Formats: sequence, structure tokens, C-alpha cells
Amino acid sequence: MSAVIGHDHDHDHAHGHEYHPGGLMRWVKTTNHKDIGTMYLWFSFVMFLVGGFMAMVIRAELFVPGMQVVNPEIFNQMTTLHGLIMVFGAIMPAFVGFANWLIPMQIGAPDMAFPRMNNWSFWLLPPAATLLVLSLFVPGGAPGVGWTLYAPLSVQQGMGMDLTIFAIHILGMSSIMGSINIVTTILNLRAPGMTLMKMPLFVWTWLITAYLLIAVMPVLAGAVTMILTDRHFGTHFFNAAGGGDPVLFQHIFWFFGHPEVYIIAIPAFGVVSQVIPAFSRKPLFGYTSMVYAVASIAILSFLVWAHHMYTAGLPTTAQLYYMYATMLIAVPTGVKVFNWVATMWKGSLTFETPMLFAMGFLFLFTLGGFTGLVLSVTPVDIQLHDTYYVVAHFHYVMVAGALFSAFAGVYFWLPKWTGNMYNETLGKWHFWLSFIFFNMIFFVQHFLGLAGMPRRIPDYAPQFTDFNMISSIGAFGFGLSQLLFLYIVLKTIRSGEKAPQKPWEGADSLEWTHLPTPAPYHSFETPPVVK
Amino acid sequence: MIKTMLHKIGAGALPMLVPALAWAEDKAKWNLQEPHTEVARQMYDLHTVVLIICLVIFVGVFGMMFYAVIKHRKSVGHQAAHFHENTTVEIIWTVVPFFILIGMAWPATQGVLNMRDASSPDITIKVTGYQWKWGYEYLKGEGDLSGVADGMQIYSTLSTPRDQIYGKAPKGEHYLLEVDNPLVVPVGKKVRVLITANDVLHAWWVPAFGVKQDAVPGFIRDAWFRVDKPGTFRGQCAELCGKEHGFMPIVVVALEPKEFADWAAKNKVALAAAGGAAATAAAAK
Repeated sequence: MSAVIGHDHDHDHAHGHEYHPGGLMRWVKTTNHKDIGTMYLWFSFVMFLVGGFMAMVIRAELFVPGMQVVNPEIFNQMTTLHGLIMVFGAIMPAFVGFANWLIPMQIGAPDMAFPRMNNWSFWLLPPAATLLVLSLFVPGGAPGVGWTLYAPLSVQQGMGMDLTIFAIHILGMSSIMGSINIVTTILNLRAPGMTLMKMPLFVWTWLITAYLLIAVMPVLAGAVTMILTDRHFGTHFFNAAGGGDPVLFQHIFWFFGHPEVYIIAIPAFGVVSQVIPAFSRKPLFGYTSMVYAVASIAILSFLVWAHHMYTAGLPTTAQLYYMYATMLIAVPTGVKVFNWVATMWKGSLTFETPMLFAMGFLFLFTLGGFTGLVLSVTPVDIQLHDTYYVVAHFHYVMVAGALFSAFAGVYFWLPKWTGNMYNETLGKWHFWLSFIFFNMIFFVQHFLGLAGMPRRIPDYAPQFTDFNMISSIGAFGFGLSQLLFLYIVLKTIRSGEKAPQKPWEGADSLEWTHLPTPAPYHSFETPPVVK
Repeated sequence: MIKTMLHKIGAGALPMLVPALAWAEDKAKWNLQEPHTEVARQMYDLHTVVLIICLVIFVGVFGMMFYAVIKHRKSVGHQAAHFHENTTVEIIWTVVPFFILIGMAWPATQGVLNMRDASSPDITIKVTGYQWKWGYEYLKGEGDLSGVADGMQIYSTLSTPRDQIYGKAPKGEHYLLEVDNPLVVPVGKKVRVLITANDVLHAWWVPAFGVKQDAVPGFIRDAWFRVDKPGTFRGQCAELCGKEHGFMPIVVVALEPKEFADWAAKNKVALAAAGGAAATAAAAK
């Protein structure tokens, strides 16, 4: 670290004359946390559009019964890639982008602890994404197995599956390096006086998330490697005829997969925990219990994986255990929701775009939490497992949860990042369009699931038609609304009004109180003193 | 009594949310399908209970939030208070939800235990998932079902014509939920199904029975149901199994035991004739 800032000490930062290569090479070679954060965010937005396009194909096919737009093989490939791209390409990198931008600024550090590794962890992503998208064009196409890659179906697939496996390996490496970087930065580069329990909640959530990632990404790598060797090297991990067990894959996958849910959700909690106090003009209620709640959720997330497998034929005792353990997660999650509402209680509230998205998050994520509670009850889940109810549930958590939180974060920090204010009216339009269309897509899917429509089917019985139409119209509206977001961001960068150092009255973390707008290239050259 | 009450509330609760919509009259559209086994009814009631608990908490929490949104906004001149900690309320909102969960876990546990108790069946049927159809084999009947259908095999394939799927013909009433040979079971008897698969994972799901069980190649799982009235019940494969995953429905016809025996006898004769014909054909080669 000292080498990095030592080199730049000769330059005058206040006037922005520091050396860095221009053009494309600036971005290829950069070790700066802000550049890398920006690249993560743009990468994730591009992936969001790619994955979103796939969702449009899915919704177009499901607009009416019958096969019209694509054939069943392509449909299955779309559901698989949509899931993988959104989870690994869009949501996860978006929050790593936030981590890069904000953690050094919020703990009073000049940059991340390992800037070169930081560069490497970003630049692994584009090749991985390329492999994923490329799989569509190889013989046999992309895997048509769903993002869960269940064996033995995934063992049957064409070479697109191998590309996907390698993509996952690369993405996993990227995540692990990024996480090690984040943990090291948080534990070692905090400014004097910035004790752990004084860190902004966003930093706390990333510390915990990074540990989750380090713990479970190798597990996923193991699972897909076992598929790879089953496919090509004669092993029988998942083949009963050779002494293996297909359900073993599900255990390994969900041991990764459930913590993964929280890898996505916990940083979202962090962003919202910054935004809500700022627009309530009141400190976060129950900071300590919020930290403990996140930690409890993280620990519990390792102990509940088989609630994704109630129909796989677990022993009765296992069904009971996983039901109880899963229900227990409602307790710390409830604590978080109560604390957020208590933060708003008797505040002095204003409703700029970041706050709207944060409240949208709070409202809809909680709804997704409740459907999660419904699904945790084993006998009820038997009916709802692998139906559209589950699809609705996890999109409430992933889209209205993680994505809305990411939007809240972008609008909140955009002035600090770019130096310019976004257009508030357009921002509000973006929120309301997203909110309405989101519910149009996914609220009706609860009813589809209850009435018995399985997920991952390219065609359906006519009684499901009207809800599917509503859902599809909502999807097209939601997709188009995101182009408005792109316009708003570009307009802010090019021609937004100049933003003050602290555009939000109630914001109180270091990036607002101690750094000018836009934030300087090397955040804190001399650490601030935190009281 | 409480159960029937819950059942009524459940049937009413969801449509009540959207009274303005005329569709609400069709209850099955807004809620779980009408249950036709004890297990499915337990699932239905359990869902209603959990949903009501969730709705009450939801209204409470967001009632607070919207109250704050209206009364504690800056534009009406509300000054921010400074409190940001209160150990008592933290303990309350940790402990109270915990007890609510215990209240939910109790009936849920009873549901699980009942659902998993496949002991002493009246008839056992083996279900095999194939890419992409279902195979049924009547293994063994007990008591008055003893020997009635033993050894019979059925393959059950989607019977919706491709023209309907590709829009060249109007779609029929049971589009995608119809098969050539449905599974036939006796009403009022405990039917145990042993479920397995031939190639990849499938899942055998009949919503009205409350049975959804993955079919795992190389392993056998079981489930059971006792149908409460004669009728035709439809479900679908619920685990992605490849390109025709959406096209392998499950149709179960429940008959009174007497009619079931008649059906079995007739079907056995037909099978024997078909088998005999096949054997003759094989011999002729």
C-alpha cells in the first residue's frame, strides 16, 4: 500500500494532475479503487441488460399459451443464462463495485489493500462473461438446466456446459480475490479511531459478505468440477449406477447456494442502512443489533441449505430440522426490518430518489421475506416448490431487494462519484416505473404458483393465461424503464448540476463529511481522525 | 371445527384482497387448488394460517412506516428526534417473533409427520419418470385390493396434439394437462407411490393430493395419498428434466374401489391381448 501512495505523493492531487495512462490502457492497468469500482458497476449494468434481454425472451414466449417465439431448448437456455448472468454477472459485481468505491472512503483509507489483485479480480469477469454468452453459440447451445445446474441433467448437456463450468471457476476466483481484498482492507486500513463498531453499516455488511464468499465459492467450484469430471473423466459422483448420488449435487450446490442468497442480500442491507438514516435525518436505530443481526443471518445461512430440497426426499427428521432452522432466520431479518422502520420513526423524512428506492426495498423485500417464511414451512413448500410462487419469492428478494438497493445506492452516491447531481424528477420517474412494473411482473406470479404453474416450462395450460399476460407486459415495461436509468446516469455524468460536498442533509459517513465532491482520486492520503 | 373455519377463511382470504376483480370468483385461481386428500387439506390450512400471520405483521409494520411517512416528514415541519437505541424494544422484537414462529412450527410439524407416514398402504404403485413420460406399475394390493391390479403397467404420455402447441389448431379444454393413459387409483384407499426415474430428475406432482416428490434415478422415494372423491386430477412434472419438461403432465383418475376393480380386470385383458400379440410378433421373427 505504501508503495502505491508513495509513488503518487509527488503529484498535486487537489488539482487532479496525477499521472495515469490515458485511453483504454488507463482502465486495463488501473489499480485505483474508484476506477475499478466504476468498471465493476458498468460491467454489471451491461450484464444486467444482457440478462434482462433473456428475461424478455422468456416473457415473450410466455405471453400466451403455445410455442411462438423460441423452441423449448432455447427457452431452457434462456432461463439458465438469465439466472447465471443476473446472479454472477449483474448483482454480485454491482455490490463489489459499491465495495470498491465506498469501503476505502468510509473507513478513511487511500485505496484497497491489494490494488493489483483488485485489478485482476475485475479483469477476470469479462472473460467469464464471454464464456457464458459464447456457450449459446457452440454445438448443443448453452446448458438448458437452470442456474442450479442439477445433475444428472447437467451431465447430459453439450459443450456449452463445459464453458459454463469454466466461467463459474473464473467468476469464483474473481470473487475470492475480491473478498480477500475487502477483508484485508477493512481489518487493516481503518483510520485511527475507526473501531469496528464505529464502521458504517455498509462496511460491516461487506466484511461479513466477504467471509461468506470465501467460505462458499470454493464449494461451488467443487460442485461444478465434479460435474466436469462426471462428464469427461469417468467419475460417477452423481450417477447411481456407479455408486454416486444425484442428490449429493443438490447438497453441495445449496451449501453454496443458500449463503449466496445472503451474499446478494447483505450488501443490499448495508446500502439501505446508509440511505434510510440519511433521509430520516436521524442515526440508524439499533446499530449494534443491526450488526449482530447481519452476523446471525450469515451464520444461519450455512445451516439451512436443504430447505431448497424438501421434495428431494430427505429423511423426516431432516425436513423438520431444516424447517425450524429456516424459520429462525425470520428473527434476525425481522430485527433488521423493525430497526429500519424505527429509524424512520420520528425522523424528519424527505423522499428523494435514493430514499424512494430504499423504502421500495424495505416494503418489497419484507414481502419477499414473508413469502420466504411461507416457503420455509415444509408441507406448504411441498405444494409451492418449483412453481412460480418461488419465482415470485426470489425475485422480490433479488430484484426488489438487491437491485432496488443498488439503485438507491447509485442515486445516493452518484453526486460523490461524478461531482454532479442527477435529475431528481427523472429519478423519481425511474423509481415509480420500476416499482409499478416490478409488481406487475411478480405479484401475479404468486397466484400462478399457488394455482399450480410449475417454473421453467416454456408453455402452459390456458387457465394461467391472464396472469402470464400481465406478467409479460410488466416485464417489457420494467425492461424499458431501465433504459431511463441509463439515460439519467449518462446525463448526470455529462451535464448534471455541480453537487456540493454533502448534498444529503442527514448523511454522516466519512465520504460526505471529510471528502470533497467529486471524491479525489486517492481517497484519504492522510487518515482522518475519527472520534 | 377450527379446521373447517380455517378452510373457509382460506378460501375467502385471497379473493377478499381484490374484491374489485371479477375473476376473484374463481377461487382456485387465487389460491392453492382445492385439496382432495387429508394431507393436501393440511397444507392448504397451514398456508392460510401462515399467510394470515404474515398479513397481520405486514400491516402492523408498514402501518407504522406509512404513519411515519405521513406524519414525520420534513415538509410538514417534523423535527427529527435523536433516539437511536433501546435495548428493551430490541429484546421484545426478537423474542415475540420467536414465539410466533413456535406457534407456526407446531402445526407444521404435525403436517410433516402425517405427510411422511406412508405405512400400511392399501395399494402400492411404482412411478417412474422418463424423458419425457411417466411409467406406472401396480406392485401390490392389500386386503380387498389384493391381486386386483398387481403387475399391471401403464405408460402415460402427453396427448395434446403438436398442432395445438404450435398454434395450428385451437387449444383443447385440457391443453397440456391430458395424457393417453392416466393413472387409475381407488377412492378412499391409502395409495403409496414409490417414485424413481430412469434418466434425470423429474418430480411427480398432483396439487390436489398434496404430493410432490422428486424422482431420482437410481433411488426410490415414497409418498402417499388417499383421495376423498372420484374424479380426474391433473398435475405436471415439477423438476426441470430437459426440453420436454413442460410436456409430461400427470393425470390421475380416481374411481370407487368397485369400478377400479372392473377397470383393472378389463385393462388386464387388454394388456394380455397386447402382450400376446407382441409375443406372437416376436416369435414370428
